[in-house]
Amino acid sequence: MTDTAVTLWRVETKTKASATFAIVAGLIIVLAFAAPLFASRSVQQDLFFILTMLVLAQNWNLLAGYAGLVSVGQQAFVGFGAYAMFALVILGGLDPLIAILLAGIASALLAVPTAFFLFRLQGAYFAIGSWVIAEVVRLALAQWKMLGGGTGTSLPREATRDMPALKLVGDLFGVKSSGAGDILTYWLALLLAIATIGLVYRLLRSKQGLGLAAVRDNQEAARSVGVDARRMKTLVYLAAAFGTGLCGALIYVQKARISPDAAFSVVDWTAYVIFIVVIGGIGTIEGPIVGVIVFYILQNLLADYGSWYLLILGLIGIVIMLFAPRGLWGLFAERTGIQLFPVRRRLTGGPVPSSKKGGPHG
Amino acid sequence: MALLETKNLTARYGDFQALFGVDIALDQGETIAIIGANGAGKTTLMRSIAGILANLPDAVLFDGAEIGALPAPDIVARGIAMVPEGRKLFPSLSVEENLLIGRYGRAVEGYWRLDTVYDLFPILKERRHNPGTALSGGQQQMVAIGRALMSNPRVLLCDEISLGLAPVVIRDIYAAFPRIRQAGASIVVVEQDIGQALKVADRVYCMMEGRITLSGTPAVLTREKIHGAYFGVA
Amino acid sequence: MAWLDTIIQGILLGGLYALFAAGLSLVFGIMRLVNLAHGDLIVLAAFLILMLVSALGLNPFAAALVAMPAMFAIGWALQFFLLNRTLGTDILPPLLVTFGLSIVIQNGLLEGFSADSRRISIGGLESASVALGPISVGVMPLLTLASAIAVIIGLNQLFYRTSLGRAFRATSDDPVTAGLMGIQPKRIFATATGIAMVVVTIAALYLGTRANFDPTIGPARLIYAFEAVIIGGLGSLWGTLAGGIVIGIAQTFGAAINPEWQILAGHLAFLLVLLVRPRGLFPRAVD
Repeated sequence: MTDTAVTLWRVETKTKASATFAIVAGLIIVLAFAAPLFASRSVQQDLFFILTMLVLAQNWNLLAGYAGLVSVGQQAFVGFGAYAMFALVILGGLDPLIAILLAGIASALLAVPTAFFLFRLQGAYFAIGSWVIAEVVRLALAQWKMLGGGTGTSLPREATRDMPALKLVGDLFGVKSSGAGDILTYWLALLLAIATIGLVYRLLRSKQGLGLAAVRDNQEAARSVGVDARRMKTLVYLAAAFGTGLCGALIYVQKARISPDAAFSVVDWTAYVIFIVVIGGIGTIEGPIVGVIVFYILQNLLADYGSWYLLILGLIGIVIMLFAPRGLWGLFAERTGIQLFPVRRRLTGGPVPSSKKGGPHG
Repeated sequence: MALLETKNLTARYGDFQALFGVDIALDQGETIAIIGANGAGKTTLMRSIAGILANLPDAVLFDGAEIGALPAPDIVARGIAMVPEGRKLFPSLSVEENLLIGRYGRAVEGYWRLDTVYDLFPILKERRHNPGTALSGGQQQMVAIGRALMSNPRVLLCDEISLGLAPVVIRDIYAAFPRIRQAGASIVVVEQDIGQALKVADRVYCMMEGRITLSGTPAVLTREKIHGAYFGVA
Repeated sequence: MAWLDTIIQGILLGGLYALFAAGLSLVFGIMRLVNLAHGDLIVLAAFLILMLVSALGLNPFAAALVAMPAMFAIGWALQFFLLNRTLGTDILPPLLVTFGLSIVIQNGLLEGFSADSRRISIGGLESASVALGPISVGVMPLLTLASAIAVIIGLNQLFYRTSLGRAFRATSDDPVTAGLMGIQPKRIFATATGIAMVVVTIAALYLGTRANFDPTIGPARLIYAFEAVIIGGLGSLWGTLAGGIVIGIAQTFGAAINPEWQILAGHLAFLLVLLVRPRGLFPRAVD
């Protein structure tokens, strides 16, 4: 190694693919925001479904893929966020948009006591413990008679119809309030998805994100270099609760009808989400995006086959976990070396060209 | 023909090569010692023979059969038992249970039974209901040897059995060896204590950096020769 | 006297939960594997018994005996061919594969048996009861508790008195050294899961004869089993029975106050124990 070469070393995370992708992503986002201009209502509803599942998947991936917290109880926060929003709108008379935000905060607050219990359990026991918590929250909310108890309730039509934002959207596009509602919830889901991916990406590139990777790879070693694993994990748990609760509230503004069994469904809000992340590729930002697209296609292909659909999804999940544990995106990235959201710090420049090889994380 | 033989045995841990073409041979009824400094590859050699590390089939021959690629349970079943480095008693099992489990993979009739092992190491009979890990280091080593004997092995591999023990305890343990030989086992001992190795073995192999650098009977091996083979300054 | 009755009913219910939990506890104790499909496997066994009863006209107890070797084989194969591949230092593969398995079993059962509620009929035994002093106790709940105790005694005998039990404990301690003893850890794990499935079959017999069941109730049984294991302290089968009884009593008391509070009360008892005794009521000294 010569003296002049030393000065050329740089630490960076950007790759050629990621730079190109940033431009493409910008275009996609602009196009996505403009979608209500040319896409039908049913397409908007499908996109809403895809985007909200993506948000849930990114949150679960942050928990399990990065912090090693395998929760099978995230339906606790979907349901709690949704119920908090219903309570604020029906009992507090708030605008649903404000209620969504407050519901996210309420979910994060719920996560404080649940973290206190759950962090006493390790590994697999954390997983089932999180499920118990979700059951407790479901059973407790089913006792809330003012919100319909076990059978649930609906959002009053006037609460959503009279939203100022809805009027604005309706006037803008010249559509009736039901159509405007779809546009509004779609936009919100889009915003939420972009914000979630952006925040997760920022977190992973930050010093805290590196600490998180260190904790996941080796808890003991991470502690010895001063990373407080417990604090990092708690932080991620609270953040995921906030994001999941916010998303749950948004989903139920669109559904406008809630019941404890649906809002706390382990299949809808956890099983699907886990399969999305596992199929796409756990521990990457790209994985859940790929996963949600595959999931949507499978759902449309197999929609008429009832429980066969879930059965096949389960089998695919098992096969991927056993034979391609980094998921479809992992397979792709391994072959091509492409990373759209590079979080690895690479040494570039210098006398030796930097290697392009490597999985999503090292 | 030798009872146990390695032929051009190599071993690697990922990118690190630990053994480079090791050839050793053990005859029926013989005791050989393998000596060498830390990291010379002695334990790797033992683990390769015992089947914990996989090799090419023809790298290890036992009674004429190629056993290099067999997993540990199959090796035990054929009659090669190992006293692993660090004793490795099962903490959930009592002393007697630790001995009994030695028969799990090879319950052949032979000289070694619970009562003959207790006769060899009488202290174990007294402590037989204690957890194995509640014993002193020397007693634990006796359990580990007894556990390997319970399968009535044709070859006994002893990996660093004097490590961390007081000289008087080591002497007690090696005092059992004549009887183990008498009962029919051929023995391979891995030792860092050269004096002990020369005393117990019919032949000695010296290892350095994954290769056999010297071999011969204790009578012809001088301290200088061994020193050279040990540290590479002949 | 009502509260005494509630306690006794709770203890008897605890027997059922201990049966749910014993298999889970066994598998966790030997290979540190938590099978998220455990509850669904109980339901699967219940359907198997139901099929044997309705197709062959067997007595349910005889049907359970026939189902046991079949469930052993299913458990053995499941562990040997699938779950062994997931064991290692990473906790994700076993959790996600067994979670997937849970979904597969549930939906397979839904496809095969529909979502209808079923029950295994045992005729007059269903309502039979005996008087214990002033308290009248159902024969089936009593049999359940007796079976739970018998299963725990049997498993303890197996664990501490047999060569197989020694191999279980040795493999759990150190699989590599166990290999040097001639033990094949993968087969030992498969045998352990097979035995757990025999226990699951016994649990399924009582699950299916005492109340209605359908393909979707597995996860809730998994949760009760898990709570019993944690309350009792990892690694102790008698602790698991105590844990089951704690949940059972909490549930019957909850139900006595308000029927809707039955399940919630059980969960709250679990959280309470987690709060004051995070290592359970009877933790093993070394773990």
